[in-house]
Amino acid sequence: MISKNKVLGLIFASMHDNAVIDLTKKRTMGSIPFGGRYRLIDFPLSNMVNSKITKVGVITKSNYGSLLDHIGSGREWDLSRKNGGLDLLPPFSHVDNGIYKGRLDALSGLWEFIEHASAEYVVMADCDIVTTIDYKKVLEYHEETKADITIVTGKTYYDSAKAHAMVVGADETGRVNDIMINPQMSGESNVCLNMFVVSYAFLKQIVLTNVSRGLYSLSKDIIQACKDEYKIMAYEHKNYFSKIDNMIGYYEANMALLNTENRNNLFNKIAPIYTKIRDNGPAKYGIEASVKNSLIADGCVIEGKVENCIIFRGVKIGKDTVVKNSVLMQDTCVADKCSIDSVITDKNVEIGHGKVLTGSSSHPLYIGKGAKI
Amino acid sequence: MYIKKECVAMLLAGGQGSRLYALTQDMAKPAVPYGGKYRIIDFPLSNCINSGIDTVGVLTQYQPLVLNDYIGNGQPWDLDRVHGGVHVLPPYQTSLGASWYEGTANAIYQNMSFIERYDPEYVIVLGGDHIYKMDYSKMVDFHKKNNADLTIAVQQVSLEEATRLGIMTCEADFRVTEFAEKPKHPKSTLASMGIYVFTWKKMKQYLIENENADTGSKDFGKDIIPSMLDNGERLFAYTFDGYWKDVGTLDSLWEANMDLLSPSVPLDLYEQNWKVYSRNDNMPPQYIGDKAEVENSMITEGSTINGKVDFSIIFAGATVEEGATVNYSIVMPGTVIKSGAVVEYSIVGQDCVVHENAKIGLSPESVENRDEWGIAVVGHNVDVSEGAEVLPKQIISKNV
Repeated sequence: MISKNKVLGLIFASMHDNAVIDLTKKRTMGSIPFGGRYRLIDFPLSNMVNSKITKVGVITKSNYGSLLDHIGSGREWDLSRKNGGLDLLPPFSHVDNGIYKGRLDALSGLWEFIEHASAEYVVMADCDIVTTIDYKKVLEYHEETKADITIVTGKTYYDSAKAHAMVVGADETGRVNDIMINPQMSGESNVCLNMFVVSYAFLKQIVLTNVSRGLYSLSKDIIQACKDEYKIMAYEHKNYFSKIDNMIGYYEANMALLNTENRNNLFNKIAPIYTKIRDNGPAKYGIEASVKNSLIADGCVIEGKVENCIIFRGVKIGKDTVVKNSVLMQDTCVADKCSIDSVITDKNVEIGHGKVLTGSSSHPLYIGKGAKI
Repeated sequence: MYIKKECVAMLLAGGQGSRLYALTQDMAKPAVPYGGKYRIIDFPLSNCINSGIDTVGVLTQYQPLVLNDYIGNGQPWDLDRVHGGVHVLPPYQTSLGASWYEGTANAIYQNMSFIERYDPEYVIVLGGDHIYKMDYSKMVDFHKKNNADLTIAVQQVSLEEATRLGIMTCEADFRVTEFAEKPKHPKSTLASMGIYVFTWKKMKQYLIENENADTGSKDFGKDIIPSMLDNGERLFAYTFDGYWKDVGTLDSLWEANMDLLSPSVPLDLYEQNWKVYSRNDNMPPQYIGDKAEVENSMITEGSTINGKVDFSIIFAGATVEEGATVNYSIVMPGTVIKSGAVVEYSIVGQDCVVHENAKIGLSPESVENRDEWGIAVVGHNVDVSEGAEVLPKQIISKNV
């Protein structure tokens, strides 16, 4: 049993900012809207809270305005605490180099914070994985196997043409014996879910020694380079997950929520996903509305036809408009008599009367924040 | 240390709401769910914060657990404050003994020390049984401008309704000359909304006098207003012409919900600069399935709809299974309507299960004798078994 406050959670909100470049132009990976009412950071953050990790640092890099606005004091995640709680950690303390070059570099930059948390273990997660995971179990595995580093992996179909990943090979005990970063291949693979568990002592050793040698990457310089030297264990996460590497991955991860099994797996009563409350009214369906197989958030006003869509809070869809296979983010406004298929609209997009917009399921059409069409 | 507040609100939330029967067995009326994701008390509380009133006393008495839990520290309404904020005020014991709140005036009398901490100029008295959006600050301004001792919010009603309400007779400048509770022959059609702005010094004086006089009723309408009028105090009527709906009966609660679906009713829950706040459970967006038919309805997050929903209000976390039908009805949080069940012209309380092929309520057209028609009501936490029937006008609070 891992006792309270013995675990520090660290979330890298800006890792993979380059993955979905359109969506991260003005925001971090962590603040990308997802699933009708969430932002990607809600998943790692809620997972940590649900795993009884009550001290969490959120590491950012740039463009963190929307992230600050979203997580605020952390109250919605029950992390507005006197003991522990949430800390937002913008890049600091590197006089010579404000923005970090890799995970180890970032950690060394906020070493004082980590040290001050006086935790026994550190759980790290990025914001590119949508899943529910109980970190208590990963910590137990880490302790039982006496690992130096435990990396969380998941089985998925990996195709280098569509995504990138760290592919992990392990022996029958779970000890990692092969690491390939973005290999040119495709097939069923165990990929790293960018979640790591280490002890504080081990983290201190690798961060402080490696950064002084100019080694900044946890995955390349430690996990890959020293897999024989250290005991690196793979913990296979068997729950539903989706990994967001690019726009199509983002689109597919959203669409996967229309599958009831996936949805029930992700949104369960035991480990809820928390997010910022917006105080919208209920969704309102007009007299001619027709909605099939869609996820609709509160505050929407739907007068038209919606099929296979993820509709975020406050979206308006006009009369005689048909929206199919699309992801419409917060406050998107589609006027009357439009036809929209396979489109992703960012926040506050306005689509005027009678417009026809069509993407394809392999290349959804993305419309940037605040655009008026 | 207390910082002076110009205006303190006192919200009378102790009422049993006995005319809501099955819905108020385990909760006070202000805690009754309304409008898909709200409870009645969200409206006066949101009005307070939107009107710039940040100090609110909520007087509770009847079945306070749900209400207390719901209000909590007041955070959803932005009423968790260093100075002021929301305070739940139950009846309490003193060195002289203990007493329940005996009437509306007595409830405030017993909490005079709460009000005095903030040394206010004005006290606004509110009820917890109406749905409305009102800017109280405008009423306070009106009160100040008239140098009034008491301002009573009024609404124009029909002559017929006037016989059931407290009616004000006013001069051209809205100074009140007469007040009559449920008059047989109303002299005017300005009905009191039960919203009062008092000048605190005067209010205090009259509360103490009323308490000492021991009229038995200790009520604003019955005692305080008449005696202030008798003494020639400055009473004014403030006309409010926005949407204002009593939800004190099952019929009016149902109607007030249905009003949300009517384009001609001026109650907008989507107004960005006058939000109605509520305590939300964190639930995923609602899922509308392949087989669902949803029209002219309001549905809240966390619910799953695979059946047919028309002219209805579906609350958070409710389920309407494939093959189930919900028409002209209100389905409260967490309730499951199973396949083949038909719910029409009904209120179904929270966390109920309406099993397969059960039938609740009927449309007025399908009842021969119209007098036998009325909405059907299922209380909270009730199981309606497979194939069971709940007739129009029937109210059930136990499993059938």
